[in-house]
Amino acid sequence: MSTKGKVKGIISNLVIVTVDGPVAQNEICYIATGNTKLMAEVIKIIGDNAYVQVFDSTRGLQVGAEVEFMGHMLEVTLGPGLLSRNYDGLQNDLDKMTGVFLQRGEYTYPLDEEKLWDLKPLAKPGDVVEAGSWLAEVDENFQPHKIMVPFTFSGQYTVKSVVAEGQYRIFDKIAVITDSEGKDIELNMTQKWPVKKAITCYTEKPRPFRLLETGVRTIDTANPIVEGGTGFIPGPFGTGKTVLQHAISKQADANIVIMAACGERANEVVEIFVEFPELTDPHTGRKLMERTIIIANTSNMPVAAREASVYTAMTIAEYYRSMGLKVLLMADSTSRWAQALREMSNRLEELPGQDAFPMDLSAIIANFYGRAGYVHLNNGATGSITFIGTVSPAGGNLKEPVTESTKKAARCFFALEQARADRKRYPAVNPIDSYSKYIEYPEFEEYIAKRISPDWTKEVNDMKTLLQRGKEIQEQINILGDDGVPVDYHVTFWKSEVIDFVILQQDAFDKIDSVCPIERQQFMLNLVMDICRTKFDFSNFNDVMDYFKRMINICKQMNYSEYQSEAFNGYLKELKEMLILEPVAE
Amino acid sequence: MATKAFQKIYTKVTQITKATCSLKASGVGNEELATVNGKLAQVVKIMGEDVTLQVFEGTEGIPTNAEVIFLGKAPTLKVSEQLAGRFFNAFGDPIDGGPEIEGEEREIGGPSVNPVRRRQPSELIATGIAGIDLNNTLVSGQKIPFFADPDQPYNQVMANVALRAKADKIILGGMGLTNDDYLYFKNVFNNAGVLDRIVSFVNTTENPPVERLLIPDLALTAAEYFAVDHNEKVLVLLTDMTLYADALSIVSNRMDQIPSKDSMPGSLYSDLAKIYEKAVQFPAGGSITIIAVTTLSGGDITHAIPDNTGYITEGQLFLRRDSDVGKVIVDPFRSLSRLKQLVIGKKTREDHPQVMNAAVRLYADAANAKTKLENGFDLTNYDERTLSFAKDYSEKILAIDVNIGTEEMLNVTWGLLSNYFKPEEVNIKQELVDRYWAK
Repeated sequence: MSTKGKVKGIISNLVIVTVDGPVAQNEICYIATGNTKLMAEVIKIIGDNAYVQVFDSTRGLQVGAEVEFMGHMLEVTLGPGLLSRNYDGLQNDLDKMTGVFLQRGEYTYPLDEEKLWDLKPLAKPGDVVEAGSWLAEVDENFQPHKIMVPFTFSGQYTVKSVVAEGQYRIFDKIAVITDSEGKDIELNMTQKWPVKKAITCYTEKPRPFRLLETGVRTIDTANPIVEGGTGFIPGPFGTGKTVLQHAISKQADANIVIMAACGERANEVVEIFVEFPELTDPHTGRKLMERTIIIANTSNMPVAAREASVYTAMTIAEYYRSMGLKVLLMADSTSRWAQALREMSNRLEELPGQDAFPMDLSAIIANFYGRAGYVHLNNGATGSITFIGTVSPAGGNLKEPVTESTKKAARCFFALEQARADRKRYPAVNPIDSYSKYIEYPEFEEYIAKRISPDWTKEVNDMKTLLQRGKEIQEQINILGDDGVPVDYHVTFWKSEVIDFVILQQDAFDKIDSVCPIERQQFMLNLVMDICRTKFDFSNFNDVMDYFKRMINICKQMNYSEYQSEAFNGYLKELKEMLILEPVAE
Repeated sequence: MATKAFQKIYTKVTQITKATCSLKASGVGNEELATVNGKLAQVVKIMGEDVTLQVFEGTEGIPTNAEVIFLGKAPTLKVSEQLAGRFFNAFGDPIDGGPEIEGEEREIGGPSVNPVRRRQPSELIATGIAGIDLNNTLVSGQKIPFFADPDQPYNQVMANVALRAKADKIILGGMGLTNDDYLYFKNVFNNAGVLDRIVSFVNTTENPPVERLLIPDLALTAAEYFAVDHNEKVLVLLTDMTLYADALSIVSNRMDQIPSKDSMPGSLYSDLAKIYEKAVQFPAGGSITIIAVTTLSGGDITHAIPDNTGYITEGQLFLRRDSDVGKVIVDPFRSLSRLKQLVIGKKTREDHPQVMNAAVRLYADAANAKTKLENGFDLTNYDERTLSFAKDYSEKILAIDVNIGTEEMLNVTWGLLSNYFKPEEVNIKQELVDRYWAK
């Protein structure tokens, strides 16, 4: 018998329901209005009154409306066919919805019930399995999609039968497993999981150490992120958050990319819809859309569903991680999610924390970032979720609660800076304020020495020191004037400018420069650091500037040319000649 | 809003604040309209039998025995071709002395467009103003505000943009517009002979502030009618959104909500997004482009209103008086059009993106040189060249009185670059330099 209730009060999308039986926190219910039903989630219970947040507009809803409780929390459906789809925050398939406008109360099934999948069994009768064990595999857009024992199962089971290799639909029976009491359970390819709980079917979560190549120099070279790592990108509007995020999602060396557009602009999502089916994955040569899932809950879509959208995305990411895949999850923007929490907290008349955000904001954010990570699965395979969130700090002030809470939770910090954006130095990531904690991991240092070169860490460190020094000198020049500092200082300053222009800046809209593989990054950094280690002897600062401007120009042309092409090598030669002809000190 | 015979009339108001009143009633829907002694009101909260109404005109003079009649519907607008050329108030009633509109009655503030049904905006809107077309190109289906201090000529620039934009319909949503500005728009449109393409919804400073809350939804419902039913290109002008947000904060304050930053309601972002996200390119060819005005206080963009707006809109246009040339310019640093990448170098000449960036970078160098000069340091030859460049650039490109075609803007900029710099100083791809560098 499911619990029923009647609407008692309405304040915007918060509805108070008087119930006739037990209800659970976060339980899902449907409210009848007109000829539709509105989905809602319980967020507070006092006596017989359940406070529910409605995932849709409550216009026209009346006191006395019937409410039916479903007995489960907000769930997503997991199974083959998630890839390439466009969902809203509640996992409704947006392409299946009718009409140009979203109709209230229209919910669509996230998977394709009729599609036939090529299935290969992985388990055999007699195998002992548990939640998350791989039973079979289907080919989903060239990814080995594992059919697993549902994550909700506990304890050990014995495989009784698995179907033979062949074509099956998602609801076809594909295996029978027997529990410890001898009861047979039939399984198909789908399962459900409540989004607010983490899927923890793995044995351990070691510290991540493997570089996740993004093709963005200011990340890979200066502040690398790792497979299973976490990072965040805060920045005032107009500093290129979205461009950077799109660049990472296009180029990153991941099997699966999930993009949660959370309370952001619809046209940016459209850009993904348009571009991704056209663009190819630089690592596999396949279409980007084949490995991508989009969760679109744009800013004009219901606020409560916005909060759910990031959880929906994370749960799907965990599902693919359990298959031993490398998943990259991007959420733009986590500030909008925090604002959704604030709106609700406000309607519940909770005592507010800083800037009217709920008191537990910090804990909620930390908990969410904690779901990412690199894991050892029960069968010894590894999988990872790398999570990068953007933060939109109010007024560009990094001292606001969302940025501060996120800073505590994320291990990489890519600080976008207004001043750099104003000077069109893109990506506008401030090289000195940004950091990656993974650099300090000995595991990472060991890995990167093998992957790139033993002196890589030192090289990067030298680069950062020089950038820092360049900044200090620039400040001195601003105070003392060009002739107030030794010519030598100008040389150091201009060396730091070479690093900035050639390594840090990157043209996201240029076909060649936008993606920079790690080998090329290594070549360019070595080249630039060779220049920086050269001692120059100039008699006045004007000459220094002219000389380095020419040098930067040549290096930029290199960045725009195909790696090791004739043009590239031509510029390289020009550069080497320049280094010899100029007044190099003994 | 005529009353119907069978409607129940309530006459016992239990609570009255400056903007709201409450009473006991049943069978009432959320967001339903009502009249309180003839004043239009809307349901904002229901708790059992207690219903709270927001009275748009304010509650002055409402007695505890006021007649409250529920109208059984959310706010609506009658839409038809007859809207064209007409002026309405915040309730959608004509204020130009003309007849009532006949047409289909539609709820305002309707549902959002399914993101997968949107088309990517790709049509350039040429305004002739180089500060916009060259550096911050507008695209149909975009939403973009002017960020300007109250003393700047934003309404004039907006009117110019509207007239040159070649839109099928221009819909003006005036919120807290001064009567003088209202007449200015009316005159400009009239003189340009485009009155038949204009629909106006106006709340002037003489009207109660809370009424303004209806203006954007009315304007956008009309816009959707023309863009969806007639596949027209519609341009919506919203001025001034800061006054709209102020009205939001008044209501939330009266409802005892906990204010967030700058005394604004915590839902400000969602409230503004609901309006701006109505900008769209429809698959069948119609489009809604929104150009808004957000007035600032002393150029402060960190205030909650411009800040939230900036995160929602696809860029912003920033006006500033340049004392070096004595003209108002479109500030190249703080202005941005996010959708320009969809058209520049694609719908315009291939050199557009690089020329645009190079010029702005050099303009930034000029700003540094200026700081040096002000601090009393000697300038290098390069510094001096950037300063001369900046002055010319400001006058010939950035000033709002410029009115030339995009190709000419590019040629003028190449000319300025070659006047003051050597090719290796501008950081432009060699093949473009070879092709376009003015010899």
